[in-house]
Amino acid sequence: MWFDRLLQGFIDTFLMVGVSSLIALLVGIPMAVILVTSDRGGIYQAPVLNRALGAFVNLFRSIPFLILMVALIPFTRLIVGTTYGVWAAVVPLTIAATPFFARIAEVSLREVDHGLIEAAQAMGCRRWHIVWHVLLPEALPGIVGGFTITLVTMINSSAMAGAIGAGGLGDIAYRYGYQRFDSQIMLTVIVLLVALVAVIQLGGDRLARGLNKR
Amino acid sequence: MTAAIQRRLEIPEPHRAERSELHPDLNRAHVRFIGLGKTYEGRQGPVAALQGIDLAIQHGEVFGIIGRSGAGKSSLIRTINRLEQPTSGRVLIDQVDIGEFDEDRLVALRRRVGMIFQHFNLMSAKTVWQNVELPLKVAGVPKEQREKKVRELLELVGLQGKHKAYPAQLSGGQKQRVGIARSLVHDPDILLCDEATSALDPETTQSILGLLREINKRLGLTIVLITHEMAVIREICDRVVVLEQGRIVEQGPVWEVFGNPQHEVSQTLLAPLQHALPEELQSRLHAHKPAHDAAVVLRLQFTGSASDEPDLAALFAALGGRVKLLQGGVERIQGHALGQLILAVNGSPSSAEQLGERAGQWAQRVEVLGYVV
Repeated sequence: MWFDRLLQGFIDTFLMVGVSSLIALLVGIPMAVILVTSDRGGIYQAPVLNRALGAFVNLFRSIPFLILMVALIPFTRLIVGTTYGVWAAVVPLTIAATPFFARIAEVSLREVDHGLIEAAQAMGCRRWHIVWHVLLPEALPGIVGGFTITLVTMINSSAMAGAIGAGGLGDIAYRYGYQRFDSQIMLTVIVLLVALVAVIQLGGDRLARGLNKR
Repeated sequence: MTAAIQRRLEIPEPHRAERSELHPDLNRAHVRFIGLGKTYEGRQGPVAALQGIDLAIQHGEVFGIIGRSGAGKSSLIRTINRLEQPTSGRVLIDQVDIGEFDEDRLVALRRRVGMIFQHFNLMSAKTVWQNVELPLKVAGVPKEQREKKVRELLELVGLQGKHKAYPAQLSGGQKQRVGIARSLVHDPDILLCDEATSALDPETTQSILGLLREINKRLGLTIVLITHEMAVIREICDRVVVLEQGRIVEQGPVWEVFGNPQHEVSQTLLAPLQHALPEELQSRLHAHKPAHDAAVVLRLQFTGSASDEPDLAALFAALGGRVKLLQGGVERIQGHALGQLILAVNGSPSSAEQLGERAGQWAQRVEVLGYVV
């Protein structure tokens, strides 16, 4: 029975983090590309858009997750129809993770040598070619590293989502370990979380290293 | 005086104004700059990077642009493929003004103009093959054609076995070869070289310059290069312009500019290539005659066709006294002999000025460096 409960917690955590990080990846990368290319001297220079998007990202980045989660409750209800459970937690997790990841990916994209962009222009690349064939592939190792950091941060945040009844490992540790003083459960959950984070970090590092041909 | 000397005296000094008219057929020019200017908005107001550049580059020539750093070379070469937008004036390529090109026409233009860079600018995440293939890929060239072309070019630059390597695994010279292959995949008719050998060691520089010369001969394309090293100009250029603070201060065939540099900047840039006075002698040199048996030190520079080297016996006889050779050499550029002699003349009855005047019959430039005891 304990095993079932832990397994369910593990699956819940996996689902929450998995779904929201996937969305963060799909939305964060374009966001980062827009942040970089619309900046002054970028290939799609658009200062107004750049400043607006930058302000938007900063806004969500500055709200602590716990508060963001509560503040977003009406919005969550609008999107998923409930404010309870795994899917309800996916909404604030995604909204917290996307700007976070977008900023990290932005840094990697900015680090791409301007000379490469110039070379691409000189060889007759259109602007979207430059994004697709130069910016993204060259920044990929950094983006993978950044995504690993995002995943670990989200596992962290997902534990807090237990507070709105999201389930997951964090919720189990909180209810059984803290509220019922069952230190055995607490310890098991900690071990599981440490193992999960270690696997993600190791896998991410490895992938980033493999992709880095520099 | 012998007849040979008489003949030499009659050769007039080529006139600078005529030099710019050496290629009067501007309408056939490959690249032409008309009143080109570029101004940047700097923090302390506008900065003029280029001013009033008028220049015509002919089909098939290797054209050098030299200057100190910050002279505007980079800006100038980048206006040819519009990586740099001029603020005034026009750039014509084959008589077409490229100033108003939209993105489509600009992309088409850039496929006709290859470019290589000082730091190679290869994609680190792509293999040699993928790097060379990229310009074809973005142009939508079918796969079979791409393969054929990439193979052909890797062979041309001598990198057949390296197609699977990543740039990080290559030496500087190999990286530049990849850059050259990449710049040629669209069969361009102009190749721009932005300090292409400045990051390479002397030996590799020679091999890359050799490759560029071969490409120029074999494919007949026009090469425009910028550099801060006169040695590069001497090695492969036909004509050269010297830029200083955004303006052209000197231009002409390479042998002329080397043999008889007019502007102070050209002279400074040429200085490292010239045989300097030995240091030990330099320290003993006096500006004024220290004793009446002191020797006069003269520097003679001459420029002539290859068969026209000065008659040393006649020169020495004219100078009189004991003539010692301190330093000297002749080099050949574009079939012209460019020479320099540093002589010490001892025991001549003539004054330093008279000696200089007499030596002037053999040399384009004579300088009295001083006296040694």
